[in-house]
Amino acid sequence: MLQSPTYLRTFGPIGDRVAALGWSLLIISSVVVLVVSVLVLAGVWRRGTRSFAPVERAGGGLRWIVIGGIVVPTVILVVVFVLTMVTQAAVASPATAPGLTVRVTGHQWWWEVQYLDPSPDRIATTANEIHIPVGRPVRIEVAAGDVIHSFWVPELAGKTDLIPGQTNVTWVQADHPGVYRGQCAEYCGLQHAKMAMSVVAEPPAAFDEWLARQRQPAAPPSEPDLKAGAAVFAGSACALCHTIRGTMAVGRIGPDLTHLAGRRTIAAGTLPNTRGYLAGWIANPQALKPGTVMPAVPLESTELQVLITYLQSLN
Amino acid sequence: MAATAPPAAPTPPLHERLLRIWETPPGLFGILGTVDHKKIGKRYLVTAFAFMLAGGLEAAVMRAQLTAPNQRLLSPETYNQLFSMHGITMIFLYASPILSGFSNYIWPLMLGSRDMAFPRLNALSYWLFLFSGLFIYSSFLVGQAPDRGWFAYAPLTEGAFSPGLHMDFYALGLLFLTVSTTVGAINFIVTLFKLRAPGMSINRLPIFIWGTLTTSFAVLFAMPSLTAACIMLYFDRRFGMHFFDAAGGGHPLLWQHLFWIFGHPWVYIVVLPAMGIMSDMIPTFCRRPLVGYTFVALATVSTGILGFGVWVHHMFATGLPDLSTDFFSAASMVITIPSAVAVFAWLATIWHGRPVLRTPFLFAAGFIVLFVIGGVSGVATAAVPFDRQLTDTYFVVAHLHYVLVGINVFPVIAGFYYWLPKMTGRMLNERLGRWNFWTMFLGFNLGFFPMHIAGLLGMPRRIYTYPAGLGWGTVNLVTSIGAYVFAVGVVLFLVNVLWSIRRGPPAGPNPWDAPTLEWATTSPPPAYNFEVLPSIGSRHPLWEDRLAEGAARSVLDRGPALDEGRETLGITPLDAEPSEILTMPEDSLYPFLLALSLLVTFYGLLTSVWALAIAGGVLVLAMTVGWLWPGPEPEAA
Amino acid sequence: MATTAVARRLPVGGAGKGATGWWGMILLIVTEASLFVYLLFSYFYLGSMARGAWPPSGPPELRLALPNTVILLLSSGAMWWAESGVRRGAQGRLRVGLLITLGLGIIFLAIQAVEYSHKHFTPATDAYGSLFFTITGFHGAHVAVGLIMIAVVTLRAWLGHFSERRHLAVTNVSLYWHFVDAVWLAVFTSLYLSPRFV
Repeated sequence: MLQSPTYLRTFGPIGDRVAALGWSLLIISSVVVLVVSVLVLAGVWRRGTRSFAPVERAGGGLRWIVIGGIVVPTVILVVVFVLTMVTQAAVASPATAPGLTVRVTGHQWWWEVQYLDPSPDRIATTANEIHIPVGRPVRIEVAAGDVIHSFWVPELAGKTDLIPGQTNVTWVQADHPGVYRGQCAEYCGLQHAKMAMSVVAEPPAAFDEWLARQRQPAAPPSEPDLKAGAAVFAGSACALCHTIRGTMAVGRIGPDLTHLAGRRTIAAGTLPNTRGYLAGWIANPQALKPGTVMPAVPLESTELQVLITYLQSLN
Repeated sequence: MAATAPPAAPTPPLHERLLRIWETPPGLFGILGTVDHKKIGKRYLVTAFAFMLAGGLEAAVMRAQLTAPNQRLLSPETYNQLFSMHGITMIFLYASPILSGFSNYIWPLMLGSRDMAFPRLNALSYWLFLFSGLFIYSSFLVGQAPDRGWFAYAPLTEGAFSPGLHMDFYALGLLFLTVSTTVGAINFIVTLFKLRAPGMSINRLPIFIWGTLTTSFAVLFAMPSLTAACIMLYFDRRFGMHFFDAAGGGHPLLWQHLFWIFGHPWVYIVVLPAMGIMSDMIPTFCRRPLVGYTFVALATVSTGILGFGVWVHHMFATGLPDLSTDFFSAASMVITIPSAVAVFAWLATIWHGRPVLRTPFLFAAGFIVLFVIGGVSGVATAAVPFDRQLTDTYFVVAHLHYVLVGINVFPVIAGFYYWLPKMTGRMLNERLGRWNFWTMFLGFNLGFFPMHIAGLLGMPRRIYTYPAGLGWGTVNLVTSIGAYVFAVGVVLFLVNVLWSIRRGPPAGPNPWDAPTLEWATTSPPPAYNFEVLPSIGSRHPLWEDRLAEGAARSVLDRGPALDEGRETLGITPLDAEPSEILTMPEDSLYPFLLALSLLVTFYGLLTSVWALAIAGGVLVLAMTVGWLWPGPEPEAA
Repeated sequence: MATTAVARRLPVGGAGKGATGWWGMILLIVTEASLFVYLLFSYFYLGSMARGAWPPSGPPELRLALPNTVILLLSSGAMWWAESGVRRGAQGRLRVGLLITLGLGIIFLAIQAVEYSHKHFTPATDAYGSLFFTITGFHGAHVAVGLIMIAVVTLRAWLGHFSERRHLAVTNVSLYWHFVDAVWLAVFTSLYLSPRFV
């Protein structure tokens, strides 16, 4: 069962500091609204009449403006500004330098995720799912492949925009294992609504194991069904747009599918990664995510079945 | 040549003479050619309100789609066009023009003049507004309404990512509209400088005048930024230029800077006159002058100025350096102070007065509460790290609706209840008004307060659907219900207006016993506004008998009649001493024809039929020369 | 008291400085100037964000632009001469001055066209090309509008529409023309000179 990805209940150092700031602001705001509302209501209650009273110039009242309009707001704003600056400084950079950089590239409408490494053959590429080790800061480099998107995992950190022509840098850290939902936060066109992702925080050992696996190419198919599926993939339009490392498929238009079976969702968080949804997605993506770049791939039913068997073996 | 202007007292033959001079003739020429600020003001009000209903309809359809998760009522194409057009309509075609409507109607009456400084330009502003609105809405006819949001971030709007005419309608439509707004702003400023009643020094101006004056200056400085942005967008799309295209050496953030340098002052442009309406109305209903007039006037002007220093708070997540975001964060908090000053001036006026609980006052009281809610949520978005969570979520949607509905729509409805009797001579229904207020106020809060919660629960804005299981369903259902209740409130308002026009009891010149000059003439005012031009001795000319505000007294029943032609009095800008008699133009078809020619030009630009664009341009030129020939000054005489 | 003041004999219609039309022109210039500020802001912004050389093809040549600047400045002088003429009622000076202004303005546009034809880039080449042609083109369009206004005023001067006291149209057109020249100085400094100093 998913919960709301609220940024008031957070699981990492950035989120926690910002949530504290957020709660303070919400409480201060509520008090201000309450006080002014009471002043309006009480004023109307105590002074209000049904008929027009004679006009007169009652003295006084300037004190209201000086105290309520200038002094009190100034004090509140100074407090708010100091809290803001303190929080801003606290979340600017992690306590220890991150040992890991993930490059996230936004595309209409999915996320390309690369684990950077000095040696190019050790770069692991995946999509729509970012694994991070619990308790360790991770540097995130964000870039845009087409239009502006915004990287946002509310329970961990605020937004960083992905802007064509520049690379922005941020960082995240999760202190508790779990799956945190993220979603594109800058309107990016037709399917902006269906451009989600997840951040999976796991214990460092499990993470290292996962990353090592992601760096591997796909295992060559061994069984006849899988070989048939691989042949369908290579022989159909699939290979034009997708990469499966270790095979001839090196398309760059869609997500890297080398370890597709290990992901929780498909179509950028739109559907669970199950056999049925996978079949439905391949057969008619436009019905599930109208406008997606992925075209319907015309396949025989048997072809589709072996293709899915093959895709589900990619782990 | 010089004319004598002896003080005259109103007489029946004077009324006849002035009417002959000022009244617009009936028939087609009168309809298309009138330059009467009252007719133009009413047209602005009706047209802007009609656009508001269209924008409201768009919202109503969207709310149906969002009532529950995974609804399939609307395709993403349709939803994206609807939310974009909703924003464009409300921000550009409703919020500012409706205030122009009030200003157009009220200004000359409040200032004690017979018209605006440039009555023909005034007519031109209206026609340009109408035609640009129709131009933008004609996009629906070809199924290509703008679909990239009202702030239209590049490069999503560039040709490569936005084929079709959608965003050409946007770029050209807004360019078209900026002409109208700019012309209007110039007109207001010169009217204030030159056409006030003698004696109306700047410390005697109603706050509403301060509000519109500030926004008019803001328009002159801010609007060109939008003009530049829209021209660049059109050039990028149509001629393959590279202003916002990173691969070609441009930058997407250039759009954001230009748009928000315009956009944030624009927020104040659409609220300051509305706050002014409140600052003038609350004292009327509290039976006393506004507490802290000088504070509120200064707050108005300083908000307008500070409004130019906060645009980057829309861009906190774009990777700007901390130093820069900190500066804009501080500026965005400082701008709260003038708003707080205004709020406490109103509160003090209520507490030190005797508020009469009539419908306009109810809207004013509700407005104060909504204003504060919108204000504090604005402070939250100024706190950079928290803003990076809030921005682009429904929290911001809630915030901007509290600001725009709270500080624009509520004062506007209050303004109608207050001034419609002046315009039509008939009162609105008080009991229906009360129902109207409570449905709008409760419906609005029921609908829009939960949006804060949706945002805090992590719901991004501008999504046509959302999955189940994220806890967003209930808040959205409540929001939709509240939105429909609010819509019922708007319908009640329309019913009340129709009732009033047909059956409303006669209002008389001053039904609220209000202090300002517009209440000194009949309801509705005659074409010439005042039989004799008044001169002003205090801030509250109609309350002078009851307030002891200095020794000077306004003179309303004697003054220059100027009954030899369309004439009004010109003054010196600072001292408000009479300096000349201004000859005002006759009705003319040129404004209408000029606006029409510009419409032709814009359709030419839209369709790339350059011959049409050039023909339109030549017509524009011909109309302009015809209009100005032999010049507005009687030199040839 | 204001009431006694209005009893004075007042002139009908404002003349020259301070008239409603004069204020209208001043405010038009204010908003037009803002437009150029934003265009030049865009130029400097994209320049500061540029990865390579700015301007990509080196600073634009001064060979034509510098003399052209002088021509436009001279036209401003001629306009001033014409306007101060009409203030003294010198109709001949007004007419001749306006004609000279008109001629110099046309020469400016012609030279600008020649300079355009020498450029090795177009508005679609890159962002610099877009900026260069849009900014100078916008200025050129303002010159063209100014020339049309001057032409109309020249015609009216020949028809004897203006006098010592009545010449608001001349004052306004003159204001506009000086503004167009001032904008050129800003454009010239930004586009032609600033790349040489930075």
